[in-house]
Amino acid sequence: MDLSFSPAEQQFQDQVRQFLRDKLPPRLAIKVRDGLRLTRADMELWHRILREQGWLATHWPKESGGTGWSVVQRFIFDNESALAFAPRIVPYGLKMLGPVLIKYGSDAQRSHWLPRMLDGSDWWAQGFSEPAAGSDLAALGTRAVRDGDSYVVNGQKAWTSLGQHANMIFCLVRTDTTAKRQEGISFLLVDMHAPGVEVRPIKLLDGEPEVNEVFLTDVRVPAENLVGAENDGWLYAKYLLTFERANLAGVGFSVAALERLKSLAARRNWNGRRLIDDAFFAARLARVEIDLRNMRTTNLRMLDAAARAGAPGPESSILKIKGSEIRQEIASLTRRAAGIDAQAYFPELLQGETTAAAVNSLEVLAASSIYFNNRKLSIFGGSNEVQKNIISKALLGL
Amino acid sequence: MDFSHTEERQMLLTMLERYRQERYSFKVRQAAAYGAVGFDRERWVELGGLGLVASLFTAASGVSGGDGFDIMALFEWLGRALAVEPFLASLMVGRALAAAGGHPRLVSIVTGRVVAAFAHQERVGDTADSIQAVALRDGKHWVLNGVKAVVAHAEAADSFLVSARSPAGLTLFLVPADVPGLLVHGYLNIEGGRSGDVHLNRVRLDDDAVVGGEGSAAPLIDSAIEGGLLALSAEAVGIMDAMKEATLEHLRTRVQFGQPIGRFQALQHRMATMLLEIEQARSSVINAAAAFNREEDAERSLALSAAKYTIGRTGTLVAEEAIQLHGGVGMTWELPLSHYAKRLIMIGHQLGDEDHHLERFVRGTLAATSGAALPLK
Repeated sequence: MDLSFSPAEQQFQDQVRQFLRDKLPPRLAIKVRDGLRLTRADMELWHRILREQGWLATHWPKESGGTGWSVVQRFIFDNESALAFAPRIVPYGLKMLGPVLIKYGSDAQRSHWLPRMLDGSDWWAQGFSEPAAGSDLAALGTRAVRDGDSYVVNGQKAWTSLGQHANMIFCLVRTDTTAKRQEGISFLLVDMHAPGVEVRPIKLLDGEPEVNEVFLTDVRVPAENLVGAENDGWLYAKYLLTFERANLAGVGFSVAALERLKSLAARRNWNGRRLIDDAFFAARLARVEIDLRNMRTTNLRMLDAAARAGAPGPESSILKIKGSEIRQEIASLTRRAAGIDAQAYFPELLQGETTAAAVNSLEVLAASSIYFNNRKLSIFGGSNEVQKNIISKALLGL
Repeated sequence: MDFSHTEERQMLLTMLERYRQERYSFKVRQAAAYGAVGFDRERWVELGGLGLVASLFTAASGVSGGDGFDIMALFEWLGRALAVEPFLASLMVGRALAAAGGHPRLVSIVTGRVVAAFAHQERVGDTADSIQAVALRDGKHWVLNGVKAVVAHAEAADSFLVSARSPAGLTLFLVPADVPGLLVHGYLNIEGGRSGDVHLNRVRLDDDAVVGGEGSAAPLIDSAIEGGLLALSAEAVGIMDAMKEATLEHLRTRVQFGQPIGRFQALQHRMATMLLEIEQARSSVINAAAAFNREEDAERSLALSAAKYTIGRTGTLVAEEAIQLHGGVGMTWELPLSHYAKRLIMIGHQLGDEDHHLERFVRGTLAATSGAALPLK
C-alpha cells in the first residue's frame, strides 16, 4: 500500500497551490474563511478567474471544454481550493447538468449549453425536490404535457439553492402518470424567465435567503429542451446525483475549518484558561480530527476504486454521511468556541455590507449562523437517512 | 413522594397556558423578539401584574429567594412559549439584591415595573479573578470603569447590577441606565431578543449604589447564578417538550414513500431516544429544584451543574434531531421549531456550557470521594 500521490500528482498539487497563491483575491478568501456571505458578483469573479485558467469544468472531458482531470486531480484541486479558502464553484451547471448533457444530451444541446456554462451566460438551478417529494424524490408531481413543439409544465419545485440568481433550471417532471413512479419522469431544461415561472425566496433559520420555491404555471418549454428520451429522466437524475454526492465528503473544507478552529481555540480565553487547554474541549477537537484523518483515507480509497470502476458507486453514500457529520461537528465546536459571543447576531455584517467595527471579534461573528446553516448538510443532496437506505440495500444487500 | 406540582402552581400554569393562547402567540413573540426593544413591553407589564416575577421570590419584599419548584414551573412555561421578556434578568438581579438582605429597588423589580439587567460577565470570563471592571473611591464618590459583555436586555434596562473590583474585593453596584459615562452597544441575539455590551467610562456613583457592602459580591453573584442555572435548565425542558410535540406531529402527518414517515422504525427509534433523553433532562431539573430548596451548598451546586450539563447535552441532541426529522422545512425561518432550536442551543452558551458544568461536577464529586476502601457489608 502506498498512500502518497504520484510524482505527477504532486506536481499538479504544486501547480494548483501556485495558482491559488497568485490568483485567489484575498478579499474573497477572507470572506470564505470568516463565513461571510458571497455576493453574486463574488461568485462570478471566481468563475471568471477559473475560466481564464481553464480550470472551470473539472468534471468534463477535454473535448467538451473541460479539464479532463482524473478523480485524484479533482480531489487535489477541491482540497487545495478549500484549504486556501477559495469560493466553491457553483455546481448546478458545471458539476451536475454538464456531465448529464455530455453523456445523455444531443449534439445540439451540448454545443449550445456547454459553452454558455463556461462563459457564465447561464446560471443554472436544480429543480428536483418538491414540497411532497423530498427523500421520496420519485413522488414528484410536477407535470409536463406534450403540446405540439413544446411541453406545458405545471407544478412546484422546492429548496432551489441560489435560484434567485438563476436564469435556467433543469427539472424532473412527470410525463407519464400511468407508468411505475420512476418510469414516468423526464428531464427538462426550463427558462426561468419564461411566462409562468415564479421564484419565491425561503428564508432559512439563520436569516439567509439561499433557497427558493419555484412555481411553474402553464410554462411552455420547447420540446428540444428534453434531455435524452422521454420518461428516462430518473436514469439521468441518478447519474447526476452520483456527482452531487461525490464531492460531499468535503475533506478540504473540514481540514480548513478545523485548522481555523484550532487556532481560534488557542487564542480564546475564558476565566484565565485558553480554550485549547480545556481538556474537555481538547478531547472534542481531537476526536473530530481523528475522524477527519480517517475520512480522508476513506475518501482516497473510494476515489481509487471509482477510478478503477469508471464511476463512483454506492460507497459515495459513506462519504456523504461522514463528510456532513464531520463538517457539522467542526461547526458545532466553532460555535462552542465562540462562548458568550455565540448569541450576538449581526445580519448586516454577515452580508459584508458594512465594514463597521463589530462589537465582538469578527472571527466568531458567523459561528452560530454557520452552525445552524450547516444543519442542511445532513438533509440536502439525499438526506443521511436516504444514504443509509442506499448503504443497507446496495452495500449490505438487506 | 409526590411529583405533581402544588394546586396553586397547577392553577397558575393553567392560567398561563390560557394567556399563551390568547395573548402570546408565536406571531406576537416573533414581532417582539425581532423588534426594536427585543421583547414586548405590554406583555411584560401584564405578566408582572399577574405576579409572575414575584412568584420567583418567597415574599414580595424578598429575603432569601423563591422555591425551586416555582422557578422550575414558570421557566418551563416560558420555554414552551419561547418568551423573550426579561424574567431571567429579573430573577438574577432580584436574587442578588435579596441575598444582600433586601434593597429599596427590589419591590419594583419583583413586581416587574422596571427592567434590571445583570451586568456581570466580561469577554474573558465571569469569575472574581477574571473580572476587569474596576471601582475606585474618589472622595465621596465611586468611579467605575470597564466593559460588560453580552448583557441581556442592555438597551431596555432601567438599571444594571454591575460587578467591579474594588480595594476590598469584588463589589456589586446598582447603576441607573441614564448615568453619565454608561454606554450600551446593542445587538440582536441569533435566537431573537436583544443584548448588548455595556461600557462604563468613569461612571460616578454615590455610596448608596453599593449593594450589600464593599467586597461582598461573591455570595450575591453565586445566588443570582444559581437561580439562573435552574431557570435556564427549566426553560430548556419547556422548549424540548414543545419541539418533541412538533416533531411527533410532523412524523404523523408527513407522507413519503406512501406512508407517514413515523411508520419507519428507524425514525421511531430516534423519536423514542429523544423522548427518553427529555425525561432524563426533566429529572435533572427536578433534582436541581429539590436541592435548590433544601440541600447544603455542595449538593446544590452539584445538582445545578448536573442539570445544566444534562440540558446542554440533551438540548443539542433534541435541537439537531428535531430539525433533521423535519427535513428541509425544519431549516426554515417560517417554522416555529427552528426558533425553538436556536433558543435551546443558545441556552447552552449562557452561564457555562455542558463541558464547564461537567468539569464542575467532576470537581464536586471528587472532592467528596475518600480514598478509603469500601467497607464490606
